Amino acid sequence: MRPARSSPARTGLVHLALIVWTIVALSPVILILMNSFKSRAGIFREPLMPPTGSTFSMIGYQTVLGEGHFIRYFGNSLIVTLVSIFFVLLFGAMAAFALSEYRFRLNTALGLFLALGIMIPIRLGTIGILQMMAASGLVDTHLALILVYTAQGIPLAVFILAEFMQQVSADLKNAARIDGLSEYTIFFRLVLPLVRPAMATVAVFTMIPIWNDLWFPLILAPGESTRTVTLGAQLFLGQFVTNWNAVLSALSLAILPVLILYFIFSRQLIRGITAGAVK
Amino acid sequence: MASLALEKVTKSFGKTDVIKGVDLDVREGEFIVFVGPSGCGKSTLLRIIAGLEDQTSGHVRIGDQVVDAVPPAKRGIAMVFQSYALYPHLNVRGNMGLALKQEGIPKAEIEARIKKAADILALDALLDRRPSELSGGQRQRVAIGRAIVRQPKLFLFDEPLSNLDAALRVNTRIEIAKLHRLLGATLVYVTHDQTEAMTLADRIVVLNGGRIEQVGSPMELYKNPANLFVAGFIGSPKMNFIGGAIAAEHGAQTLGIRPENLEIAADGPWSAMVSHVEHLGSDTYVYVEMAEHGLIAARIVGEALHQPGEMVRLKPVPEFLHLFDENGLALPRPA
Ligand SMILES: Nc1ncnc2c1ncn2[C@@H]1O[C@H](COP(=O)(O)OP(=O)(O)O)[C@@H](O)[C@H]1O
Ligand SMILES: [Mg+2]
Repeated sequence: MRPARSSPARTGLVHLALIVWTIVALSPVILILMNSFKSRAGIFREPLMPPTGSTFSMIGYQTVLGEGHFIRYFGNSLIVTLVSIFFVLLFGAMAAFALSEYRFRLNTALGLFLALGIMIPIRLGTIGILQMMAASGLVDTHLALILVYTAQGIPLAVFILAEFMQQVSADLKNAARIDGLSEYTIFFRLVLPLVRPAMATVAVFTMIPIWNDLWFPLILAPGESTRTVTLGAQLFLGQFVTNWNAVLSALSLAILPVLILYFIFSRQLIRGITAGAVK
Repeated sequence: MASLALEKVTKSFGKTDVIKGVDLDVREGEFIVFVGPSGCGKSTLLRIIAGLEDQTSGHVRIGDQVVDAVPPAKRGIAMVFQSYALYPHLNVRGNMGLALKQEGIPKAEIEARIKKAADILALDALLDRRPSELSGGQRQRVAIGRAIVRQPKLFLFDEPLSNLDAALRVNTRIEIAKLHRLLGATLVYVTHDQTEAMTLADRIVVLNGGRIEQVGSPMELYKNPANLFVAGFIGSPKMNFIGGAIAAEHGAQTLGIRPENLEIAADGPWSAMVSHVEHLGSDTYVYVEMAEHGLIAARIVGEALHQPGEMVRLKPVPEFLHLFDENGLALPRPA
């Protein structure tokens, strides 16, 4: 961008640092992917080698997909993640709009209270949550997980979105009020499209911990019909014998949907940024 | 009949009083300009008239209706904002038509009104563009068009020219003046620029610190400012203020004289040293240093050949002297 300020040595160093970081970040993923295509012997004898003619094997994938339930586990994970993201974005954005747009008593206090959830992990409340779910008969339902994840995601969503909504031009909202638009129309039609980049950011940050979570699926929804992919993969981790082929294949497959979701959101993110640049 | 009336309107944000009791009557078809320094409450007052902000006390009347509890869309007003505030997801036609659609006006009527406004504002070629595809001046015209199509009883403009460059600003100013004559509607216009106020207004309302300092036609304010604030705010370059013995001679605390009413003449009573000269072609501004009174400006028509460091004598035109008492209020003119 600024040729005068970037010497080749400097650019090289920056790139080197980025490459090293990429390798460090990606190597476990690559290791899992590589080994998922190897036979059991291949995995143990030379774990760092890519699959060769003699060690190549699809046995892991055959086990996982042959298990039959795995497709359902994927479905469960997708339902729980997508519905949770939807509610986090909807309620988070609504709360953020109220906090940033309207002056009312205890506005600041309410904002702080909501932000507190970012610092206090929801897992501290596990026992209470479990009792509540048991009492209301929600154990082993998607709804149990969706409720918990929505609660878990809302604080960060409110925090980020309120910040962005404050930057939406007050004149624009006032013009809409004079033109007779309702507060709901202003929120859904004017403000939400303008904070789309922030929504995409929140979606990504919300999605990953939900998809990867093992804790709540294990406690609230361990049943066969509601089991998520992350929990399902654990089945192959036995106390005495572990089916490594199956575990690695299951993990590799679990990366795919989240990768696809990420690409969808990040496209939105870029489109949102360019659309917001022109006022 | 008053088309807009403010009665003892006040506004406080928490503990800060922003508007401290404003009374005003605006006549039908009048072009009213609120002018004052930045932060004096002009926009707040305008937003109260629009209904975007609730006054803390007092009443707002539009036409013959008290509108204190009427929402903005039902007040029969239209507003043009400094930042244009066009809807980014709608094209020009959509921007202009939205309010009418909300009011439930028939499609054909909406089309006709948009067409008429587009003719007046030369927007025909732009009707299908998005705001992002327009220049600043075009966006401003669309914002004005969006106000016109509503055929409001009252137009409100909040610093509509501030985001335009200097040349465009003069053009748009003339356009707005013409538009007002064409539509004959009542118009309240907010600006911090006294030139805009002087050139556009039927009557100017000078605001300072949430209070009205003076209301009057541009020339009334220019000729007979009620106090030091108005005297200093209206007119460019600013009125010179002289205190001390010279003012005391006239029985005043402060004596004011506009630069255009000061002559440089050998028989002038005040002696001063030229400190800086600005040649504008049509005029020359001569800034002189006057012992204990500081920098004084004189405006000489045409070219005046003075050099910094030169000693000159200044002669005020006596009928244009303004006298102010110790509270800054204007004293009756010396006969
Ligand atoms: N929503 C608000 N909350 C608190 N103070 C405000 C708010 N809006 C305006 N003010 C204050 O009121 C004063 C007048 O503001 P404004 O009417 O925008 O001034 P102007 O338009 O004359 O520049 C300013 O001091 C501003 O800080
Ligand atoms: Mg303002």
